[in-house]
Amino acid sequence: MNKIQRETQELTVRIWRGKEDGKLVTYQVMSRENQTILDIITEIQRFHEPSLAYRFSCRVGVCGSCAMTVNGRPRWTCRTHVKKVSDEGILTIEPLRNLPRIKDLVCDLAPFIDTWQRAGAPFSGTKTRKDAPALVDPNSSTRRAAEAGLQCINCAVCYSACDVVNWNRNYIGPAGLNRAWTLVNDVRHSNRKQTFDQAFGKGGCGSCHSHGNCTRHCPIELNPSESIAGLKQIAFKGLPKDV
Amino acid sequence: MERTLFLAQRISAIILGPLVLVHLGLILFAVRNGLSGAEILSRTQGSISWSVFYGLFVLSITVHAPIGLRNILQEWTRVSQRTINIIALLFALIFLALGLRAVVAIV
Amino acid sequence: MNPLRNHKSYLAAIGHRVSGIALALFLPFHFLLLGSALEGAQGLDRFLVYTDLTPVKVAEWGLVMMLSVHLFFGIRVLFLEFTRWPGHVNDLAGWVVPCSIAVLFVGTVFLIQVL
Repeated sequence: MNKIQRETQELTVRIWRGKEDGKLVTYQVMSRENQTILDIITEIQRFHEPSLAYRFSCRVGVCGSCAMTVNGRPRWTCRTHVKKVSDEGILTIEPLRNLPRIKDLVCDLAPFIDTWQRAGAPFSGTKTRKDAPALVDPNSSTRRAAEAGLQCINCAVCYSACDVVNWNRNYIGPAGLNRAWTLVNDVRHSNRKQTFDQAFGKGGCGSCHSHGNCTRHCPIELNPSESIAGLKQIAFKGLPKDV
Repeated sequence: MERTLFLAQRISAIILGPLVLVHLGLILFAVRNGLSGAEILSRTQGSISWSVFYGLFVLSITVHAPIGLRNILQEWTRVSQRTINIIALLFALIFLALGLRAVVAIV
Repeated sequence: MNPLRNHKSYLAAIGHRVSGIALALFLPFHFLLLGSALEGAQGLDRFLVYTDLTPVKVAEWGLVMMLSVHLFFGIRVLFLEFTRWPGHVNDLAGWVVPCSIAVLFVGTVFLIQVL
């Protein structure tokens, strides 16, 4: 295929318009050598459909605001190349699953953000500003366990991928439980027991069935499934000791 | 509550694992010439080990299965939590009563 | 098919769940049948004569399959949740194939025995 042919090829992009009772609208967009899903949506918003609503901010995979469903899977659209996901030149872009839709590709993230609180997430320190900073051994087992679950960008991809959330909206979901796991392993956190109790309460980690969609879809390759398994093990072994 | 149920279900699962393995082995062995009441009872009647084995089996099922059904009803139906709990309890009672009756009958 | 559900761990989880439902619904009848032994071996034989019928054999085979699906995929769940060893990678789909082979093995042995 020569260069000119490639540039004149078109992508068929079907985008969700409206709220819950909306519909897919088809747009034709030029296929280019290097383009992300977010590039496509921006092009459609600028040149085809100025009223198209979507969220993004950093465009480099840090802020976690541009997650959408692309060809059936939740993805961070700013770091997802079209080539990787297009199905013979067809893209279907919808808002994230498991969250109320507001308009077009934007959904209400409030239920997702709430899960962080429900998982017992607020950190509560034991020291005041007059104390010296806590010394945390980077090689301790607790710190290494917490480390593995940090860096979550709150994109809600795992929440959207989770089948249990899909079946039961009372389930806290992977991101909140992953956060609880990092707190339970944080030796500076004064409420480790309370955080664990909440993470194992109604809709807590006991509801996870290890389908693994969270881990499979996490764009920064965290392993919420493993964090949740860690919480389940605490029910048998007690809170992790600092080794 | 949720944590207790989770623990109860996993512990009963760990107990049931070897019991089911033995039970499966027994099924595969016992069906070779067809099933007959006399053959089954000759194995189990008067045997303390089989009565302990199947007694523990029934008790573990009574714990294990209703908790699983409760999870499934929560996720796959819109039935209220109260009704779900009642259904799960009913199943537990049925397993316990009919199961123990069966154990008494064969030993 | 929904790509979020088109993978081995999902099939394993659904298999575990559906077999669990089937077993829970079957067990009360199983217990009732065994309870008929209260009237001695003849009590049992009143029901066991039906086990010579082919449809009943097929149903029995189905139940044995359900029991082994629930057992082996249940063992998988316990391993996923509770095992960690050095260098262990939690491969969520890793147990599905060996478990399926175990189920098929049990099912085949049962068929050989009854046929």
